[in-house]
Amino acid sequence: MTDTNRYDAIIVGGGHNGLVNGAYLAKAGLKTLILEQRHLVGGAAITEELHPGFSFTTFSYALSLIRPEVIRELELTKYGFNPIYMPTSFAPMENGDYLYLGPDRDENIREIMRHSPRDADAMDRYEHDVGRVLQLMYPLFDRVPPNIFGKTPEDAQDVAWLLGHLGSAEPKVVHDAVRLITGSISDFLDDYFESEILKGYLAASSTTGTKVGPMSAGSGFVSLMMAMGEHDGHLGSWSFHKGGNGGFTQVVATAAQAFGAEIKLEAHVDHVITKDGRATGVALQDGTEFYADTVVSALDPRQTFTKLVDQRELPGELVEAIDRFQFNGTSAKVNFALDAAPKYPALGDRTDQYRGFVSIAPSVEYLERAYDAAKYGWYSERPYLDTCLQSFLDPDMAPPGKHVMSCFVQYAPYHLKGSDWDTERNNLGDTVQRTIEEFFPGFSDLVLHREVVTPLDIERVVGLSEGNIYAGDFLLPQMYFFRPAPEWSQYRTPIEGYYQCGSGTHPGGCVMGAPARLASQQILKDRAAKA
Amino acid sequence: MVSTTPFHPRLAELNTTQLWAHWAGYLSATQYDIAGKHEYFGVRNAVGFFDASPLYKYEITGRDAERYLAGLLARDIRTCRPGRAQYTIWCDDAGYVLEDGVVFRHSANDFLLTAAEPNLSFLQNQVGSLEVSVEDVSASYAMLAVQGPRSRAVIAELAPEVGELGYFGHVQSKIAGSEVTVSRTGFTGDLGYELRIPADDALAVLDAVMEAGEPHQMRPFGEQALNILRIEAGLPLIGVEFSSSRYAFNEHDRFTPDELGFGWLLKGIDDDTRPFAGRRAILDERATGASRWKTVGLSVDGHAFEQLFYEAGLIPPKDEPPADWETMLYDEHGERAGYATSYTYSPMLQTQVGIARVRPELATIGTTVHVEQTVNHVYTTVPATVTRMPFFTPERKTSM
Repeated sequence: MTDTNRYDAIIVGGGHNGLVNGAYLAKAGLKTLILEQRHLVGGAAITEELHPGFSFTTFSYALSLIRPEVIRELELTKYGFNPIYMPTSFAPMENGDYLYLGPDRDENIREIMRHSPRDADAMDRYEHDVGRVLQLMYPLFDRVPPNIFGKTPEDAQDVAWLLGHLGSAEPKVVHDAVRLITGSISDFLDDYFESEILKGYLAASSTTGTKVGPMSAGSGFVSLMMAMGEHDGHLGSWSFHKGGNGGFTQVVATAAQAFGAEIKLEAHVDHVITKDGRATGVALQDGTEFYADTVVSALDPRQTFTKLVDQRELPGELVEAIDRFQFNGTSAKVNFALDAAPKYPALGDRTDQYRGFVSIAPSVEYLERAYDAAKYGWYSERPYLDTCLQSFLDPDMAPPGKHVMSCFVQYAPYHLKGSDWDTERNNLGDTVQRTIEEFFPGFSDLVLHREVVTPLDIERVVGLSEGNIYAGDFLLPQMYFFRPAPEWSQYRTPIEGYYQCGSGTHPGGCVMGAPARLASQQILKDRAAKA
Repeated sequence: MVSTTPFHPRLAELNTTQLWAHWAGYLSATQYDIAGKHEYFGVRNAVGFFDASPLYKYEITGRDAERYLAGLLARDIRTCRPGRAQYTIWCDDAGYVLEDGVVFRHSANDFLLTAAEPNLSFLQNQVGSLEVSVEDVSASYAMLAVQGPRSRAVIAELAPEVGELGYFGHVQSKIAGSEVTVSRTGFTGDLGYELRIPADDALAVLDAVMEAGEPHQMRPFGEQALNILRIEAGLPLIGVEFSSSRYAFNEHDRFTPDELGFGWLLKGIDDDTRPFAGRRAILDERATGASRWKTVGLSVDGHAFEQLFYEAGLIPPKDEPPADWETMLYDEHGERAGYATSYTYSPMLQTQVGIARVRPELATIGTTVHVEQTVNHVYTTVPATVTRMPFFTPERKTSM
């Protein structure tokens, strides 16, 4: 054993959570090593020049849920944190009309009134009601979940805090929260709105990344998770990071290194070394070993509990819970390099609609029919597309006058019935392109380059099981004090010194940094108790 | 009746909000499009343009021009070579700041001074027996600020010589057939240029700039975006940070250069060969330690700010435009510490920042002061740290 291979803490996985966790531990004075299997850090939050001059956010494509605490505590602004506000949302309709919303409430009312005069004031009520539910949820986001099964005084205190917090809210707010968390977004929206395009637009996020349709129970919950995002205090609003999410993870990596963390690339961890039920280090596939009494997995729960360690070291109940944990990747990405901006016929030559997301989800029915295919093991014939021409926000993403377009595609289930993704990859690209063409005639003529990323590709390249973008579905039985498993939601594992900090832990996926931040608090607390 | 600048026909088409402020008697766009912050990000990430035509412009020429300005301006004009510009101030004899502006030196005896307020009679009254001519050329020129990381690419496409221009340098260029003075100056704290254009050619030059800017996502920005940009840059604004001492009714409304953070302009004040207006009083102030204030940056503790509102059952208001009023500051004993003259949310720093005047003993970097807030209609405070300014200063601002 040499000193050069000895660290205080080793983090497996250089995705955004691994980097955030490493930065916190290094900031606290720990000699920290972050190991990443690929040639670049970022995990699913990377930016790559896949066509000369065009930068693609290959996987993850927007920033919003990143917790303000992470930005402040890791002093990310000092290291180049540079969010870009996305002020608009544009939703094309099948009849050639559109819904175009922006930051001005009164203009939005006028726009909604074109579609339904009744829905104009309903929007105010809806936003206020959801805002109050979010307000109730935020404190849960920024704290380690209570262990409701625990027996220590500390556990009792945590549970008492939770009950007290929920009990202090107004009954209507708690009721709205339960309706959203347990119900479908479609039912919830029907209580407010009649306009199909408005409901389609609002329902779309409820399906993101999870195998639910807008009429499924549980879609309200996904919608709530997506709305937890903020940009400068605007709830539910999105932003883009300069240089894409790869730009963001580079900032976090720079911060981590500035705090003293070491990052090793192309370091593929084979397994965590344990001794007498304690983690003592990691072994790489090439046989190199690194030692530390704190080892943190930033990988998803399947990798953390069944790949990196020997299952026989874990309680059977935990192994079973992890086996049951749903991944069900159902999302794909298609990224385009475009020769020019697409045109929307009703807007002529205008391009101002590209300052934010363009959401192809003209109705709840459209979304639900897109989901139907996924239920039976196939991808949507007319998928929901969450697209953005990112070069309109950050001209560094494409050569002058040209554009990159990121298209998030829902639904594309990991498990295909009667075929496989290597066979269907190109067909999926065609399906997406055809769908865009339907709303933006002439689109295909603009395509210079196309990159299709299936759930299988996400798994192969990034390592996320079944290509699940959240490192585990956003389903109620695998959230909060159940994420990733009952009794193991507090970032520890049954192996002493072995921790989890990835999106498979509370509060979950998206480029949030919260799991890694909370995990670092647990780790530092445990180390202090031991010292 | 309010006037319009030479760019107005084009800007009126671009201003989809029809929100206009009045600046020096001219219409000046508050915000062109859906959000001032969108225009702000346009500047920080790409390039934006701003109509700065309402600035007053004075041509100062003649054999004694340098001597004249050396006696008038607090910053030593003799160190400004032809082809260079200086941010500068001028003071009264009691050492209080009158105004600020930018002076461009074209040749040994040929200067142009820009200012936010009219100054012709003041400037002419200072001439005395010197051989100097001061002419108001304000209406002869339009001014266009082109600011942001892509500004060099945009302007250099029209005038390649601009690529070589250093910070606060200027050069005569030909753009759209017009003689344009391009300077590497601005009010955004970013890489940027300002174009001084003969008024009659303003639209032709603007069209050329807009065409060159189109592939770079260039967009116009209004006063709201400019105000956030200039606060992040730590740049004082006359009428906000201070007003001319000439119009002060009492000592609370006049300030010395040191009190306003302008001490750095006074390099060489000990040199007796340049007795400028206010010098003796400023030297006295320094000798006796008479400064009442120091100007500092304030950075609010974002976590404390959020908690204050969450605990009050509110969503923290993190995206308010710059405050139109002074914000009071308190020390740890609840005594008055000073006041912020500008206070805004900074999208780059992700917290509220302010330009503030504090008692000199509180000006040490890292000192905590408490910023007044109103929560649930009750006054309370949130902690903030005294910091250096500018708050945001990218390398590209000054790099070649």
